[in-house]
Amino acid sequence: MATVSVRQALKSFGTTRILHGVDVEIADGEFVVLVGPSGCGKSTLLRMIAGLENISGGEIAIDGRVVNNVPPKDRDIAMVFQNYALYPHMTVRQNMAFSMKLAKAPPAIMEEEVQRAAKILGLDALLDRYPRQLSGGQRQRVAMGRAIVRHPQVFLFDEPLSNLDAKLRVQMRSEIRELQQRLGTTTIYVTHDQIEAMTMADQIVVMNGGRIEQAGAPLALYDKPANLFVAGFIGSPAMNLLPGKVTPEGFRLEGGALLPLPPGAPANAATYGIRPEHMSLAEDGVEGIIVLVEPTGSETQVTMRLGETVVTGAFRERVQGRPGATLRVMPDLSLVHLFGPDGGRLPS
Amino acid sequence: MSATTAAPVWTKMRPKQGALSRLFDWKPFLAFVCLLPAVGLLMTFLTYPLGLGIWLAFTDTTIGREGIWVGLENFIWLMDDPIFWSAVFYSVFYTGVATIGKFALGLWLALLLNQHVPFKSMLRAIILLPWIVPTVLSAIAFWWIYDPQFSIISYVLVDALGWRDTNVDFINTAWPARWSLIAANIWRGIPFVAITLLAGLQTIPPSLYEAALLDGASGWQRFRHITFPMLLPILAIVMTFSIIFTFTDFQLVYAITRGGPVNSTHLLATLAFQRGIQGGQLGEGAAIAVSMIPFLVFATLFSYYGLARRKWQQGEGND
Ligand SMILES: Nc1ncnc2c1ncn2[C@@H]1O[C@H](COP(=O)(O)OP(=O)(O)OP(=O)(O)O)[C@@H](O)[C@H]1O
Ligand SMILES: [Mg+2]
Repeated sequence: MATVSVRQALKSFGTTRILHGVDVEIADGEFVVLVGPSGCGKSTLLRMIAGLENISGGEIAIDGRVVNNVPPKDRDIAMVFQNYALYPHMTVRQNMAFSMKLAKAPPAIMEEEVQRAAKILGLDALLDRYPRQLSGGQRQRVAMGRAIVRHPQVFLFDEPLSNLDAKLRVQMRSEIRELQQRLGTTTIYVTHDQIEAMTMADQIVVMNGGRIEQAGAPLALYDKPANLFVAGFIGSPAMNLLPGKVTPEGFRLEGGALLPLPPGAPANAATYGIRPEHMSLAEDGVEGIIVLVEPTGSETQVTMRLGETVVTGAFRERVQGRPGATLRVMPDLSLVHLFGPDGGRLPS
Repeated sequence: MSATTAAPVWTKMRPKQGALSRLFDWKPFLAFVCLLPAVGLLMTFLTYPLGLGIWLAFTDTTIGREGIWVGLENFIWLMDDPIFWSAVFYSVFYTGVATIGKFALGLWLALLLNQHVPFKSMLRAIILLPWIVPTVLSAIAFWWIYDPQFSIISYVLVDALGWRDTNVDFINTAWPARWSLIAANIWRGIPFVAITLLAGLQTIPPSLYEAALLDGASGWQRFRHITFPMLLPILAIVMTFSIIFTFTDFQLVYAITRGGPVNSTHLLATLAFQRGIQGGQLGEGAAIAVSMIPFLVFATLFSYYGLARRKWQQGEGND
């Protein structure tokens, strides 16, 4: 168990800079999720922490010790790879015991550790199988078992669930989280699924283009996104980000419609952000024309046009309208996010 | 206009199959026809010569005279022939030592080339050279290298460096000649081994090495626990081929020593050629050649069991 600090980390492949000075502070026992669009450098950062990529600049410290020049095997880190990287020629038991075998652990202890991990992960019956003979979810668990038996200081996960079907993913998600809480091991988890990020993390780090956009608790990111990127990335369905400008009557969208502003709104707001679930049907609301109605059962998502601007709303009520019909919606003024011309969040 | 009337006719008409086309639709016939060329070629160029060779081994045919069936007489005769036994010994020795040498050096080269080394592709091309050169040509080169008078190695050691007083004896006495031929065979065999093993190495996913690195494996442990077991299936195939080719080798030995000095470097193939073609005793030559078959069958069985798909390679869960 350990803290992990990444300070001003830089990474270049040849002349291409991939990470432009990344800072992350991870507390002991914390579950941190790195999210961001494909190619933003999540895996690269993770591999730098593991020691599989060298560090072009800045420093990485594990438990207070700078590890820039420490080889992977001395960092005491276990990693679960996206493709699991199980040794195909070893049984599940041998896969899990491999690190202990290398460390010349006594066989009795090896067996005990393997049995314990197998019990936790429900792999007892599969110990003598080869990876080829396992399902995707089982392989994923073996990969985790291989990490657990080592009692490492830090767990690293690189999109471990991306190969699984939706149902198994939800199940494994809670299993991983539960396991991490039980073991209390500091964990860094990479995903580009923001639901995974929201549900699992103590701290979410949102990355984009080799930079950190925002880091914080999941609900803090949801409630107070620091900029347009985070606002659009966190939350599903995504927040409506509507460009326009502040006028005495309200916020005039580029599409022509007028939205009400919360009192004391800053005059330089350039983007009006409202989450679909923070809009409601109201007689005195803004008039819109329905484009598409998508009932999900628990709520109804409606795509509509306010003036020329397309906006999504999610309503508890069952909206019956057909495309072309009109409806009136009202944003919850206490939950409106305003962003300045530079894309940064404006205090309200 | 006519298209509108023709269209329904087209859909109704189902072309009637002729007898020939129905015959070709019949699976057994089609399979027979498709196999015919391959089977024909095999029969003509493999089975027939092999059968003829085996038959000859049981006759006393000589060149110019049709032989008669003599049963096992040729083999009984060979049992008492010390030269035959010396050829058996040297064939096994030659194959064993050369195979070990080729695989040790070839694997080492393959591992080296699998690293990030500068001029990698050029190095790979250079390594293939010994294999591209026709065997006879390289054999002649070795003949010169091993020449008692004009050997370049002797020249360097004696005249250029002055480390020795006399020329090196490469092929004048039995044991030096045996080792020299093995060295030439290893030189020639390395490319095949190195390139095929390199191809095998490149199929091992890098993430396995990364996982092993994090599991705390040293370089030797990664080789021992990841590279070697993953390479084993390919290693077994390549080794089988290599053993068969080496055991049946002819060109190198024939070109460099012709089995000499005093028959000490005869392989079974060169001895069979000497007795059967040069000596004219076709029956006896064939018997020597046939006596290679048990060794080759053994090598093939080795591959069959060595190669049998290991359990971890199988897809389904039949444990
Ligand atoms: N070995 C490499 N050489 C050159 N460029 C690389 C290398 N590895 C990664 N990159 C580049 O670095 C960038 C970040 O890659 P990285 O794998 O970290 O992305 P990621 O955030 O994990 O994306 P994904 O969600 O798709 O896995 C990409 O633009 C990629 O092209
Ligand atoms: Mg990645």
